[in-house]
Amino acid sequence: MAQVFHRAANNVAKISIVVAVVLAAAAGFVYTQLARSSYLTGQHVEKQQPVQFSHKHHSGDDGIDCRYCHTAVETSYSAGIPPTQTCMNCHSQIWSDSPYLEPVRASWRENKPIEWERVHDLPEYAYFNHSIHIAKGVGCSTCHGQIDNMPAVWQEHTLQMEWCLQCHREPEKFIRPQSEIYNIQWNDSELSDEQRLQLKADYKIRSQEMLTSCSTCHR
Amino acid sequence: MQNAEELRAIRQRLQPPMVEGEHTFGSVSDKIGDLTLKKKTPFHWFIGLGISFLIAQLLLFTVVYLVVTGIGIWGNNQPIGWAFDIINFVWWIGIGHAGTLISAILLLLNQKWRTSINRFAEAMTLFAVACAGLFPLLHTGRPWLAYWLFPYPNTMGMWPQFRSPLMWDVFAVSTYATVSALFWYVGLIPDLATLRDRAKNKYFKVVYGLLAMGWRGSARHWHRYEIAYLLLAGLSTPLVLSVHSIVSFDFSVAQLPGWHATIFPPYFVAGAIFAGFAMVLILCIPLRKWYGMEDFITHTHLVLMGKVMLATGLIVVYGYAMEAFFGWYSANEYEYFMIKNRIWAGPYWWFYWLLILCNGLSIQLLWFKRFRESTFWLFVISIIVSIGMWLERFVIIVTSLHRDFLPSSWSMYSPTIFDITMFAGTIGFFFTLIYLFVRFLPIISIFEVRTLLPDAQVAHGHHGAHDGDDVHGESQNFTEGVNESTDRESKRELETPTDDRGKYHGK
Repeated sequence: MAQVFHRAANNVAKISIVVAVVLAAAAGFVYTQLARSSYLTGQHVEKQQPVQFSHKHHSGDDGIDCRYCHTAVETSYSAGIPPTQTCMNCHSQIWSDSPYLEPVRASWRENKPIEWERVHDLPEYAYFNHSIHIAKGVGCSTCHGQIDNMPAVWQEHTLQMEWCLQCHREPEKFIRPQSEIYNIQWNDSELSDEQRLQLKADYKIRSQEMLTSCSTCHR
Repeated sequence: MQNAEELRAIRQRLQPPMVEGEHTFGSVSDKIGDLTLKKKTPFHWFIGLGISFLIAQLLLFTVVYLVVTGIGIWGNNQPIGWAFDIINFVWWIGIGHAGTLISAILLLLNQKWRTSINRFAEAMTLFAVACAGLFPLLHTGRPWLAYWLFPYPNTMGMWPQFRSPLMWDVFAVSTYATVSALFWYVGLIPDLATLRDRAKNKYFKVVYGLLAMGWRGSARHWHRYEIAYLLLAGLSTPLVLSVHSIVSFDFSVAQLPGWHATIFPPYFVAGAIFAGFAMVLILCIPLRKWYGMEDFITHTHLVLMGKVMLATGLIVVYGYAMEAFFGWYSANEYEYFMIKNRIWAGPYWWFYWLLILCNGLSIQLLWFKRFRESTFWLFVISIIVSIGMWLERFVIIVTSLHRDFLPSSWSMYSPTIFDITMFAGTIGFFFTLIYLFVRFLPIISIFEVRTLLPDAQVAHGHHGAHDGDDVHGESQNFTEGVNESTDRESKRELETPTDDRGKYHGK
């Protein structure tokens, strides 16, 4: 009776076991990397806006305080996107003829808000509140990075849950005094470990169990 | 001489032969192998598969609608957060247990009667686990995210909740499915090789050949095969006990009267085996008749399974008695209220009594030889027990939940049409798989049945090959030519039982 398979089939079968294991491991590795890649998270991807607004210029060069535009950051869940009127406080006086600012003037004339592109987009099932983070000593740059160095803003971190939990598990490593919240140049190494723990106690930051409880963020 | 014959008669009664009729190695291969290879597919197979497949479409429609809409289409809602989904999950998982018990524990206990029923009992296990798995998977609401249940370096920076019995369930059931599949497949390999060698059709040859993974039946192959099979049996054995223990933890770890009882693990395991044997009987009684397998699945097999059902059923009844006793003896007013509500004061009391009728009373018939030895009655009792075991899970789950601690939350449960189509659909799916299995794979282990033949009993030191009752009970020669293509060849192998292959089988 003729053989159904060639002798080599035995070796193919044996090799395929190794190949299958290697492929499975590779697929697992690729998955874990892909899930964290900027392709899926949007991290470090510059977003183009309807107006060529530069944070580098306004915050870095001009030194305008974050709160001049993001007025609600200390009191609300959302930091707030400034209305066109805020832009026109200055730009009715300076650069009032600049072609770059035509969309702003158009918005002003037509009383129609500018439709900014959202850079930091948390899923709806994650409850996030800016004001509590400010109140407990998390500075702007801790999450948003060197905004004063971004002509077009990008998302500095992945905004994935593992990133949130880094801080919720060890908040003392990421907090700073109230006076430094809006200091974009703040360097985390300026505080000693003892000072950090003291700061945590002063802020009355709750226990790790509390901060990492499901319902703290998923309500 | 008179004495010897009497002795044989007694032995015959104590250890009835597990293969009836006059069979040789070759005729066993013919009879079982021809079902897949030669015989014309019987008409009733098409009817059966057609009906099952149609019913399975209910499952397809329900699942699609469920995924598109959400699990709100089911009838369970607070306080009855679990209902058909978990009832059916436990019911199916339980059915699977008989397959594992037959294949693993009975193998280790050297119970030879397992041999002709293990193959399709294991298939039944696999298919039942497949049906079972669907329910919790879909109950997650977003089944495409079910992989979150596994511990892997996820972007959430979290492990699954290892303290939750639902988590243990994931591991228990996935391990169970994996080991059962492996066990089944490894056991199939020698038979797949037989089919490969006997197949005339080229495609069948290639498919069976691929599945047989180059099996040639050499001594080395057999040696490794037996080690692997024994190891898998060893792995499966604790699973028979652990899987349903863990399923019972889903309930008993919760602090809910009616669930929070220490008796749950053994009581659930016994119930699983009970339900499983009922399903094996439901499947094998028609199978052996339709396919003329009465020689291999003998009357003795059915009677033995009936006895296992009686024994495990009695353990389950003991469980019911203890549940009621705990309710009273605990002197806990919530426990007592629950049991009172369950047995006579609540709206579901008749479910409880139906359950007692199905699982408690019906099996008492098995004490009597008349019923135990009647194929008809065994079939009827098995169906009643299957219904009873479903009712048991309904009673445990729904009657415990529907009377919450807060009377303002009290509610009643009734399934929606989608609960029913989903359950019916899994039954259709199960039988579709069974029909396909019956058509394309040997439903009885060919090579293992051969070991039961008198011819396979090769005695050491003296010629006892035809006694079929070797005194040492240790000389099963599994190794006789599996890949023989003719009866004559196998006979020749038989004439040289001292072939060195045999040496691997000394204990």
